[in-house]
Amino acid sequence: MRRVYMDANATTPLLPEVMEAMRPYWMEHFGNASSIHQQGQRARAAVDQARATLAELFGCHDAEVVFTSGGTEGDNTALFGLLHPGDHLITTSIEHSAVLAAADRLAHDGVETTLIAPQPNGLIDPMDILRAIRPQTRLISVMLANNETGVVQPVEEIGKIAAQTGVFFHIDAVQGAGKIPIDVNRIGCHVLSISGHKMYAPKGVGAMYVRRGTPLEPIFVGGSHERRRRAGTENVPAIVGLGKAAEIAMHGLESGAMYRLAALRDRLEKGLLAQIPGTGVNGANAGGTVAPRAANTSNIWFDQLEGEALVIALDLKGLAVSGGSACHSGATEPSHVLMAMGLDKNRARASLRFSLMKTATDEDIDYALAVIPAAVSRLRELAPAMADAPDSFVGTAG
Amino acid sequence: MATTTHHSGTIAIAMSGGVDSSTVAAMLRAEGADVIGLTLQLWDQNRLAGKPGVPEAPKAGRCCSLDDVYDARRVAETLGIPYYVVNQQERFEADVVRPFVSEYLKGRTPIPCSLCNNHLKFDQLLLTARQIGAEFIATGHYARNEYDPARGRWILKRPADLAKDQTWFLGGLTQEQLAHTLFPLGHLQKPEVREIARQSNLALADKPDSQEICFIPGGDYKEFISNYLEEQGQTVPDSSGDLVTATGEKLGRHAGVHNFTYGQRKGLGVTSPNPLYVIQIDAESHRVTLGAESELNSPSFRVKDMNWISIPDLTAPMRVQAKIRHRHEPAWATLTPQGPGIALAEFDIPQRAVTPGQCAVFYDGDDVVGGGWIDSVPNSVNGANQN
Repeated sequence: MRRVYMDANATTPLLPEVMEAMRPYWMEHFGNASSIHQQGQRARAAVDQARATLAELFGCHDAEVVFTSGGTEGDNTALFGLLHPGDHLITTSIEHSAVLAAADRLAHDGVETTLIAPQPNGLIDPMDILRAIRPQTRLISVMLANNETGVVQPVEEIGKIAAQTGVFFHIDAVQGAGKIPIDVNRIGCHVLSISGHKMYAPKGVGAMYVRRGTPLEPIFVGGSHERRRRAGTENVPAIVGLGKAAEIAMHGLESGAMYRLAALRDRLEKGLLAQIPGTGVNGANAGGTVAPRAANTSNIWFDQLEGEALVIALDLKGLAVSGGSACHSGATEPSHVLMAMGLDKNRARASLRFSLMKTATDEDIDYALAVIPAAVSRLRELAPAMADAPDSFVGTAG
Repeated sequence: MATTTHHSGTIAIAMSGGVDSSTVAAMLRAEGADVIGLTLQLWDQNRLAGKPGVPEAPKAGRCCSLDDVYDARRVAETLGIPYYVVNQQERFEADVVRPFVSEYLKGRTPIPCSLCNNHLKFDQLLLTARQIGAEFIATGHYARNEYDPARGRWILKRPADLAKDQTWFLGGLTQEQLAHTLFPLGHLQKPEVREIARQSNLALADKPDSQEICFIPGGDYKEFISNYLEEQGQTVPDSSGDLVTATGEKLGRHAGVHNFTYGQRKGLGVTSPNPLYVIQIDAESHRVTLGAESELNSPSFRVKDMNWISIPDLTAPMRVQAKIRHRHEPAWATLTPQGPGIALAEFDIPQRAVTPGQCAVFYDGDDVVGGGWIDSVPNSVNGANQN
């Protein structure tokens, strides 16, 4: 059976060039980047080259790039490394759990958090952030692009507010990196975190931008790696892979790859809405327009069905998509992002996220447009029929 | 085997992470059937963790624990079948946990497993299975399910291994549900099942059977109910009252009707030269009647909300064997129609601790005639029990 993957916001495969770039660093150039000898120097050179590429991606100095294990570590470090008891944090209710759970834990240490809710279209209003600022406010943490809806937040305006009020600013750019040009100086952020595996690099590697002079305390201590910002022997092959992926992403952004991807995404979206009654784009404005989004992401509601069952049905037809967020057992919970946007629970449960890989083709879209309407029809046809099943002994206990 | 009596098509296996449903998966896979594994996520085992009487971390061996989901997933991975966890926590709470709590507070002894089978395992799971493209569900229950062309009905039957008979939990299955349900273990003995599991290289072949109610990790109903009500911002309503004899003599006070079940002997809070048992619980007056063991026996009971399986309806008195609790040996009785879905069961020999709120299932040989809820029990002491 044909398999089409439309869950790139969950993870992406390595690009062949990334795999090739990493290959010598497992066995041949295996050195520890902290070692003095030639093997170590070879590894150090590779890490520094990747650092220079990431600096280019962020628009910062090499010395401001810190390699991490991924997005969660970057987000955790920004919060745990900057906030102390008595501080106030402003973040949003649509952040990734790497930020929200860190804020929860900090609440036990006396850090108060204000959660800013998005507008129904998924956008955070910078004025809401300004209004939430207090004398104790030390950090604002906002994501660049939302993982569920793809909506791109007005981070430059928020950065101006942070600068004017003297508050640190962290960006979770995990879903934005590689899809949206980043310029940390224009944004005016102090910390920005990205993850490798969302941008065609391996899992288990990520990077942070940390502006010079930012008093970010490390959460890992030990050796003097990463200018004492992050102890631990560098994951050299993965860092090399991240550097290569960043290089390719920058080429893509310059050559308009995202316009091609947005056209595919729009064709999928329009096709689904035209073919299937009772559907809509989550976050669409009254006039049908949608807030600026990452080019690969579409989040659609389907009336009268359970998104969880649709995800399974589509998977069995060869189409990989996602709905809601997986809880610890693997079962699906309604998306907290869609709930924060004001969707009721049923509609949040009946919503699916389509996130295209940058290698997506017209044939992939054709396939999706062929299998989804049939699967939706089956789900909708069965739901009422089964609900009318005899219900005698069923239903009343005692 | 059972599958041959059904049409071919994709089969969704209800996988609990236990040896029985895992063996079903291995058997159907070995037959070459097109199978999918599904696990219903029904209750968050960590939800009340750490409250009084509840372990900090749930133990293994109960459905919905993370360990069981892990085990089920490992079996699916080993067998190379697609596997999904389906979230039905809200429906489980609404259709099983809340009725359980409210019945318990009324002094009844509800049986959550039957409610779960009726609402979740066979209703919702079958719906989900059919929505995702499967025509049948298969479970690890010990029961047989065969179509009888002469009667034009699907007949639920007792299994080959009578010691593992689970038909009492399945008395609510409708013809529609039975038509789409397979019980591949119905013709096997439990040791054979474990042997098949071993031969299929399932790591959990020797995993112990689960016994307790899945959402009550510590096994303590009373603690669960007070913890659950506390979580809901409620308190256990005051149902304290008198402990009395059948003739109305007051023996003492009790702290609440939910502390008692029919036939209970321990923890009554009274001393007596002869052993005393709970013979009646009146949720209205909060009165709990105690008596001798002989007073515990009931000659008959009324059932309501009957689901008929081997017959389309009960139109005339019928000789049956009645099973009134999980470990009860079915007893001969005559079943007489008393209205739509209502019947009177009169035992040949009075039976001990017939309990309102429990299920009753009636057998004609191996066939399940039908199942319903015990409604009222006229007992030997004071006539009709209005519970």
